[in-house]
Amino acid sequence: MAEVLVYVDHVDGAVRKPTLELLTLARRIGEPVAVALGNGAADTAAALAEHGAVKVLTADAPEFADYLVVPKVDALQAAYDAVSPAAVLLPSSAEAKEIAARLAVRIGSGIITDAVDLEAGDEGPVATQSAFAASYTTKSRVSKGTPVITVKPNSVAVEAAPAAGAVEALTVSFSAQATGTKVLSRTPRESTGRPELTEAAIVVSGGRGVNGAENFAIIESLADSLGAAVGASRAAVDAGWYPHTNQVGQTGKSVSPQLYIASGISGAIQHRAGMQTSKTIVAINKDSEAPIFDLVDYGVVGDLFNVVPQLTDEVKSRKG
Amino acid sequence: MSLRIVVCVKYVPDATGDRHFADDLTLDRDDVDGLLSELDEYAVEQALQIAGEADDAEITVLTVGPEDAKDALRKALSMGADKAVHVEDDDLHGTDVIGTSLVLAKAIEKTGYDLVICGMASTDGAMGVLPALLAERLSVPQVTLLSEVSVEDGTVKGRRDGDSASEQLQASLPAVVSVTDQSGEARYPSFKGIMAAKKKPVESLDLEDLEIEADEVGLAGSWTAVDSAAERPARTAGTIVKDEGEGGKQLAEFLAGQKFI
Repeated sequence: MAEVLVYVDHVDGAVRKPTLELLTLARRIGEPVAVALGNGAADTAAALAEHGAVKVLTADAPEFADYLVVPKVDALQAAYDAVSPAAVLLPSSAEAKEIAARLAVRIGSGIITDAVDLEAGDEGPVATQSAFAASYTTKSRVSKGTPVITVKPNSVAVEAAPAAGAVEALTVSFSAQATGTKVLSRTPRESTGRPELTEAAIVVSGGRGVNGAENFAIIESLADSLGAAVGASRAAVDAGWYPHTNQVGQTGKSVSPQLYIASGISGAIQHRAGMQTSKTIVAINKDSEAPIFDLVDYGVVGDLFNVVPQLTDEVKSRKG
Repeated sequence: MSLRIVVCVKYVPDATGDRHFADDLTLDRDDVDGLLSELDEYAVEQALQIAGEADDAEITVLTVGPEDAKDALRKALSMGADKAVHVEDDDLHGTDVIGTSLVLAKAIEKTGYDLVICGMASTDGAMGVLPALLAERLSVPQVTLLSEVSVEDGTVKGRRDGDSASEQLQASLPAVVSVTDQSGEARYPSFKGIMAAKKKPVESLDLEDLEIEADEVGLAGSWTAVDSAAERPARTAGTIVKDEGEGGKQLAEFLAGQKFI
């Protein structure tokens, strides 16, 4: 059976959920061979094996942390040369997309980014994508070279499928470009204790209607009662009420959770582009004419300062 | 020596309009207004600021696209860029990102550059990989997704705010930079700027000028194929209730019914 390279997104050996989703999709096309780089790379093996990785290629070197992107491209290319896979899959993170693009040029292949589903096809893997603010669904494939495809988080339910997961050291020789962009310093984000926005099953977002940074506490309370991530519209971010890393929309994150709760968000195209593919959408807004209500499964026309705290209390009491 | 800045910009369909696919599954440009991609305005702005700090700098805006794409170049020129290069060729219709990066890289090399600045992504394709592709093709450092950028003594520095960390980056010129919408609001063209833009030079190049064969680009030469495009079915109308004091509880009831609580 053909092998499929899967680029592993991990934090010091802790595998992030989108990688497990990639393994699940990779098994539709062939046998997953995982590539884990950097600090803790070998520690990823157990989780990867449990989800279907037949092999885990690992490499660690200071270059992976000290220089931007290119050392990882060099390593993935080394894995590609060693394995000759039928496809290369990566998560749709900002960094992994850049790695994917550079690899594609090097190996003479086409690239598809931000797939939301992947199936085997007669002419190679067929990727489903959302286009034009998710108003269209397209099916595409790479028509030249070995398909390089990045897949968005929450595209598939993770399935366990135990496999050997044999760890092998990957030999990487870094290219002349590898040390081109130096990482002078890295300041980790403070953990909020909440799920990662793009990976969360539930997202609670606040917009212009929240009307102030201090008022985001009520959005956070609702999120915490549901175990949800917190999002914000561009209007709220531009006003300085919430960090840009939490922005949902065209210029922020694109999310596809099981449940999306929009509070005080009108639903401009810019925002819809980032949340329209959510499974269930709920909105709370004062304006009954707000376009967000065209998308919802359930909407409450009302003041979020009354509705949201009441909902939070109700969730807490039901969860007991 | 003059700092040569090339800003890559894209002419995109207005995201607030109705965007559709044409019969050949490329973008339907007939029924929608086009404009300079909003995210590229941030790139033009940062170019203007970097040029303002430099002793001597020249900003060239570069685009690949149909005749109408000149509108995007004019907008950038009216913001203050010095000159423009328009790569236009009928054989380019349907070119994907790999092909576009080839065309842009050749045009950048032909123009001459110390610094290439791009927006973080286009507002239509929205892949966000073009800057990395350019860096790969030009064999220069990529310093991408910056929310702050500065150039001094042949070095570009910037801050990249990622999901898990904020990084300070540094590279020597020549380099490819991309900036996010957090890098600073883009200026509006002044009346004087708009008038001046009419007199600024716009150079037209075709594939032959760039020594690119027609089969390396275009729909037929594309590295990817779109097999189908279907309009997402409109979401079925949901239940809308007016809050009469129990709105939060009613919503909780709905969520419980859907097993979210």
